[in-house]
Amino acid sequence: MKTHDQHGRGRSRRPGRSRLLAAVGATALVLSAGLTTPPASAAPRAATVADARAAQGTAGAQDSAGSKGSKGSKVLTVAVAQSVDSLSPFLAVRLLSTSIHRLMYEYLTNYDPKDGHVIPGLATSWQSSPDKLTWTYTIRNNSRWSDGQQATAEDAAWTFRKMMTDQGAATANGSFVANFSEVSAPSPTRLVIRLKKPQATMTALDVPIVPKHVWEKVGDFSKFNNDKSFPIVGNGPFVLTAYKPDSYVRLRANTSFWRGAPKFDELVFRYYKDQDAAVAALRKGEVSFVAGSPSLTPAQAASLKGQKNIHVNDAPGRRFYALATNPGARARNGKKFGDGDPSLLDQRVRHALFMAVDRRTVVGKVFQGHAVEGQGYVPPRFATYFWKPSAGQELRYDPAGAARLLDEAGYRRNADGKRVGKDGKPLNYRLLCHATDPNDKAVGKYLQEWWGKLGIGVTVDCLDNVTDPWLAGKYDLAFDGWSVNPDPDFVLSIHTCGALPATPKDTGATDDFICDRTYDQLYARQLAEYDPAARAKVVKQMESRLYDLGYMNVMAYPNAVEAYRTDRIRSITTMPSAAGNIYGQDGYWSWWSAVPANSGDSSGGGTPSGVIIGIVAGVVVLVGLAGFLALRRRATADDRE
Amino acid sequence: MTAEATPALVEGAAGPGSTGRAAGRAPRAGASASYLRYVAGRLGGAAVSLLAVLVTSFFLFRLIPGDPVKFMTGGRPVSAQQIAVYRKEFGLDLPLWHQFTDYCGKALTGDLGTSYQFRAPVLDKITEALPNTLLLTVTAFVLYTALGIFLGTRSAWRNGGAGDRLHTGLALTLYSIPSFWLGLLLIIVLSVGVGPVPGLFPTGGMESGGTEGFAYVLDVAHHLVLPVLTLVAVEYGQTLLVTRSALLDEMGSDYLTTARAKGLRDDLVRRRHAVPNALLPTVTLIFVNLGRTVAGVILVETVFSWPGLGGLFYQALSVPDLPLVQGLFFVFAAAVILMNTLADLLYPLLDPRVGR
Repeated sequence: MKTHDQHGRGRSRRPGRSRLLAAVGATALVLSAGLTTPPASAAPRAATVADARAAQGTAGAQDSAGSKGSKGSKVLTVAVAQSVDSLSPFLAVRLLSTSIHRLMYEYLTNYDPKDGHVIPGLATSWQSSPDKLTWTYTIRNNSRWSDGQQATAEDAAWTFRKMMTDQGAATANGSFVANFSEVSAPSPTRLVIRLKKPQATMTALDVPIVPKHVWEKVGDFSKFNNDKSFPIVGNGPFVLTAYKPDSYVRLRANTSFWRGAPKFDELVFRYYKDQDAAVAALRKGEVSFVAGSPSLTPAQAASLKGQKNIHVNDAPGRRFYALATNPGARARNGKKFGDGDPSLLDQRVRHALFMAVDRRTVVGKVFQGHAVEGQGYVPPRFATYFWKPSAGQELRYDPAGAARLLDEAGYRRNADGKRVGKDGKPLNYRLLCHATDPNDKAVGKYLQEWWGKLGIGVTVDCLDNVTDPWLAGKYDLAFDGWSVNPDPDFVLSIHTCGALPATPKDTGATDDFICDRTYDQLYARQLAEYDPAARAKVVKQMESRLYDLGYMNVMAYPNAVEAYRTDRIRSITTMPSAAGNIYGQDGYWSWWSAVPANSGDSSGGGTPSGVIIGIVAGVVVLVGLAGFLALRRRATADDRE
Repeated sequence: MTAEATPALVEGAAGPGSTGRAAGRAPRAGASASYLRYVAGRLGGAAVSLLAVLVTSFFLFRLIPGDPVKFMTGGRPVSAQQIAVYRKEFGLDLPLWHQFTDYCGKALTGDLGTSYQFRAPVLDKITEALPNTLLLTVTAFVLYTALGIFLGTRSAWRNGGAGDRLHTGLALTLYSIPSFWLGLLLIIVLSVGVGPVPGLFPTGGMESGGTEGFAYVLDVAHHLVLPVLTLVAVEYGQTLLVTRSALLDEMGSDYLTTARAKGLRDDLVRRRHAVPNALLPTVTLIFVNLGRTVAGVILVETVFSWPGLGGLFYQALSVPDLPLVQGLFFVFAAAVILMNTLADLLYPLLDPRVGR
């Protein structure tokens, strides 16, 4: 850009321009070359996948590395949003990762898709000793690891022993072995577990059994993520063949799976971080299934309903949505902390509050019908443990009754219409709400209205982080909710006195600081009860007790709203099979049972012709733009000269 | 961090070009000595900023409410003993000053710690996602900068004309559109397809998976189109407006009249005389934008499910995954500092009046 160049006129003009263009072009090339080259490990990884397939000589060997080049390969693509925390079954706790582990590894037992009762998995049968302390499992002899070795009782024993002896390996599932005293494998088909005290959940050990011969080489279990060499050796219905964080997880059907091979050749979890984008991908056919996290919104479900080739599965969910009441936070050492309103210690007040909650409106207006009115603690889909209050016990929606109860309890209206306590102060509750949950906010508005009519003030505190005030006991009421397992032990255990924090400084497993002797005695009884029917009876008594206490008031059971393409998936097992969800089941039923529709290849992603059209369109736009600019520029020069 | 660059911006923008470029020439020896002093000053400043960032990133994120161990163990059965093991493993049982010295010591050796939630070295997580982010942001950056300068110059040169009004209006409109909304709109129209418009591009992600070699490059390029388009549409307006206003400031200058009087073509007057003098504010903006490219674009990355740093930062913050948050913050800040320093070092070469 020196001054004397100015006289160079037309001569210097073109070179100057082309230099600029060349520079931009070169930069772009260098960038794309440097950045789009696949990671060095990708090629060998793909090679191992291909090798493994060739070696196994399975049907999968016919398809090439990807879904694209293989017209005959049936691929089931599922849209997911949650990142994988770890592919190591010893570390993973997130729903996506643990669901994938269900597909990769067998567990000792599984749950029947029909009603959730325990059925054989890696173990074909089991029995407990008369003293209830020894459990003997018979391990099946027809399950092979994907590298050809036989899966044995020793693999199971090693997995459990590792978790008992190595803190790193206990990270995710340590609680399952906390009560184990000794685990042994006297023969390849016999696994023996000795307990410290009786434990009814021994048929619900949701622990992936890993191949000893692969995992004994691992050094530090707290840092090993199992995501470096593929395919990952397993014995579940699928074998994980490739994983790229936040891009995809690919699994290939295990054709030698003992229960029978899955019907799809490949299962791909693809990432859609935005739920609207995932719904768009389903509409387009880029994916065959969308679950949403935790569920599709009513608007999304409505937009998909009635669409050609799309089925919306609006099924009873496994979660409950409740209103928790602070019973006065305390620690196991007896120290009280937090600042829950003392008026809530009166059962009549708690009942009055819940009687003023119109559950039907919550379900109809907030969940827009995608939920079921709340009753007992365990959702109705778990038929074995579902309990509902008797007619005399039920806290029906009854604002007038609620007002009477409050009067009885001594909280009468003052001149302003506000309910006041014995200290003369008007009742005003803080309601803890998750800022990330639109349902909380909407229900909060209703509660303000309903309780306002009773003369009770409500401050809704919507926070990103509710954990801190919650664990510190600094709340009066809170929105609460849990996903329930086929074995309800965990959701029951979080209301026992044993779950309280040891001291106010510690963190306990407790959900809401509930500590009730009667409830605790029942909890201990069900844990030691090995007869399923007798145990269910005790569990129902616990639910009844919890209902009467009024600290946990279940308002609704939100549905699982999911959608899939019927031109890709002809049929798929829901759980419970009559009406249930597909994503996040207890077991591998949905993906294992899914039957491809006849419409041919269901590869994920854009088709090759789509790529070509896209690129051609891009080039046309670029060329057009360049031409336009060139013309414009020439015109400018001519005009001015 | 950006403040460092501002004096240069003001100087460059406010300095009327009336003195012409030749007036800025100084004896060579003196110039190089003063330039060296200037460089040393800037580099020193950058080093101090980096250290400040290192310290800030440690303390800042400890102010986020939330206990990482409570978050990670929430909702599942965990014994008190196990929680203690977590605290020890993450070093959270140590006094704060001890944690801080550990952190600084490790950071200086390039070890940014281990992510709580992913159980992987922070550096690995960052290097895993950084290329993806850069591919997206740098491609968009090159395009929107080129487009912004190009249209900005033309708008200013013909200011008040139909082209100027159209481009300024369009740029302002797009600039004020939320990127996630535009992204979703593009997905609905160009990815799913509406009416006669076919679904040309993938809905999200960076690749379909399972491709290799050239097919992989094509696949990624195909996935890149919509997010880049979104970013370019939202971002080019800024460059356009800055370029336009800087050039407008130069428009009435005497030296341009002189150049025209010499009989130069209008095109050359613009390119050789006006634009070089007006480019300093734009250069500042370019480097600020370049520094930002590393931080990713969280909304666009989310809408298009791009596996980049923006999404990683969001996940890290929600725990809070302290080592990951600190590491990312440090890398983001370092990129901005680096680019601003680079811009500072470049100004004297572009305009000899700077740095004296």
